[in-house]
Amino acid sequence: MVIQASNSTVMKNRTFSVLINPGQAPPQAGRRDFLKQSSLLTALALTPSTVLQAAETVLGTEGSPTAENIPVVIEINGTSRSLSVEPRVSLLDLLREQLDMTGTKKGCDYGQCGACTVHVDGQRVLACLSLAVMMQGKQVTTIEGLAEGPERLHPMQEAFIKHDGFQCGYCTPGQIMSAVGCLREGHADTEAEIREYMSGNICRCGAYSNIIAAIEEVKKGGQKV
Amino acid sequence: MINFRYVRPTTRQACVTALVSDPTAQFIAGGTNLIDLMKRGVTAPEKVVDINALTLRSIDKQGSGIRIGALALNSAVADHPMIRQQQPLLTQALNAGASAQIRNMATMGGNMLQRTRCHYFYDTALPCNKREPGSGCGALEGFNRIHAIFGTSDRDPKTACIAVHPSDMCVALVALDATVLVTGPNGERRIPFVDFHRLPGNTPERDTNLERGELILAIDVPDNAFARHTHYLKVRDRNSYAFALVSVAAALDLSNSTIRDARLAMGGVAHKPWRLLDAEKALVGKPATEATFRQAADIAMQGAKAFEHNAFKIRMAPSSIVEALKTAARPA
Ligand SMILES: Cc1cc2nc3c(=O)[nH]c(=O)nc-3n(C[C@H](O)[C@H](O)[C@H](O)COP(=O)(O)OP(=O)(O)OC[C@H]3O[C@@H](n4cnc5c(N)ncnc54)[C@H](O)[C@@H]3O)c2cc1C
Ligand code: FES
Ligand code: FES
Repeated sequence: MVIQASNSTVMKNRTFSVLINPGQAPPQAGRRDFLKQSSLLTALALTPSTVLQAAETVLGTEGSPTAENIPVVIEINGTSRSLSVEPRVSLLDLLREQLDMTGTKKGCDYGQCGACTVHVDGQRVLACLSLAVMMQGKQVTTIEGLAEGPERLHPMQEAFIKHDGFQCGYCTPGQIMSAVGCLREGHADTEAEIREYMSGNICRCGAYSNIIAAIEEVKKGGQKV
Repeated sequence: MINFRYVRPTTRQACVTALVSDPTAQFIAGGTNLIDLMKRGVTAPEKVVDINALTLRSIDKQGSGIRIGALALNSAVADHPMIRQQQPLLTQALNAGASAQIRNMATMGGNMLQRTRCHYFYDTALPCNKREPGSGCGALEGFNRIHAIFGTSDRDPKTACIAVHPSDMCVALVALDATVLVTGPNGERRIPFVDFHRLPGNTPERDTNLERGELILAIDVPDNAFARHTHYLKVRDRNSYAFALVSVAAALDLSNSTIRDARLAMGGVAHKPWRLLDAEKALVGKPATEATFRQAADIAMQGAKAFEHNAFKIRMAPSSIVEALKTAARPA
């Protein structure tokens, strides 16, 4: 029980840090870093040292090439990044594992939940079913880059907070990115339309009605999203 | 996912050559089906040929129809003013599929070539003649609730397959008499949509009549008089973002309430989008009434065969046909 309670507090706080600090700074020490360290310890204990050295050089720097790696230039949240990726790496894993941008969530990794929703050239897509090599020359926006600057939230982020559009917060970055796409596409005219066009984002906590209220408010407010 | 070589040729010819030069190579378009299957180890190409550098995205008026490029996105096609006005059945079917995000990635060609959602095809620990020819069909005696009721292969265990084609879009395209334009090692050819996908027969590993290395270039949808009376009905386990248990594409051309012409097809019932030609014939010249629709539905169901868990489809399918026709017949 105690563990559950403290876990969910950490989760909620972390969601807030995603909502409130839209800059690119890596997240502060938290549950994820703890998990990283603890699983790393187990891994260390089981891995021969030669493998560890090789892994370090690949994972440690942005774009250290291996035989199969391919150079790509992707604009991520307004910054052009020259990267080197294995063809099999998804955009989601590039963001989370290589660039430490953990705002974009991995729910299912198979296109079934919407937690990984990002914008590519302005359109909402699933990062888990996108290959990073196929992002060459494209503009990617994640939840960390949705707001115009660190001082101000995006109107959709504001509305999600105001209407309590989340509980645990795990689906929230995907919901927000998808909601912005839904508005931009012009598919938020009625509640039924919002429900249909947001159906690609699953919320295990069932925050749907509050999410819809948030989207309706931004739609009514008429701000540019 | 095993690693693979990635190439992105800039001409059609180079794409075809890149594919035929490697027996395991596969094209990638939106990636929403291929990457899913690669992550699960259902397919493992050693080379992936990205076709997105080709200019195959346009949606144009062409002669007496609309030509849709193979790389046009499902969302772009569904929202295109010309498609919405002249081919609303296609818009309805596209919007019934997947989610907004997936439709922003999925292409026309990829949608046509998406693989079945049969659980036994997806689970590499279980037998599946489609995934591994000769290994058997897990669904035949297994959990076959989502499986086919028409055109199945169920006699020889080594070739049996009762999977269905999962696409919504294809059900509309087969009803609308579309034609597929392809190019390949032996040049270009046109394939009527109704002959594009196959029944399992003795080769369930083959979903379509495309030859190795053939690349879909475009889909032609001919003009028709159905725009005022179409409906795509999709019955599924939840309201949205789920594959069809049964779906019906219905299009009517009505003159006062007499049926001048009709198109009818079903999804979720066969290894290919299932065109209902005999039922269409039974509609033409008749009044657009529920009795006429029921008669057509009875004809459509001739030859249906259920397995242990999908007998409900034998009742659900004709009811869905009647419901889709009733909705299509309502004043626009
Ligand atoms: C969670 C989820 C839910 C879904 N729900 C639905 C649904 O309800 N209804 C529905 O209809 N679909 C649904 N889909 C499937 C979706 O529509 C397909 O994944 C999509 O249409 C595939 O298009 P793509 O461009 O991404 O194909 P890709 O994954 O890029 O390719 C699929 C196949 O087509 C081949 N290919 C692609 N383009 C060409 C071409 N031009 N010429 C020759 N070969 C080509 C590739 O080699 C590959 O074998 C769902 C998918 C997911 C992940
Ligand atoms: S993580 Fe991409 S859809 Fe679930
Ligand atoms: S807020 Fe918990 S999953 Fe949506």
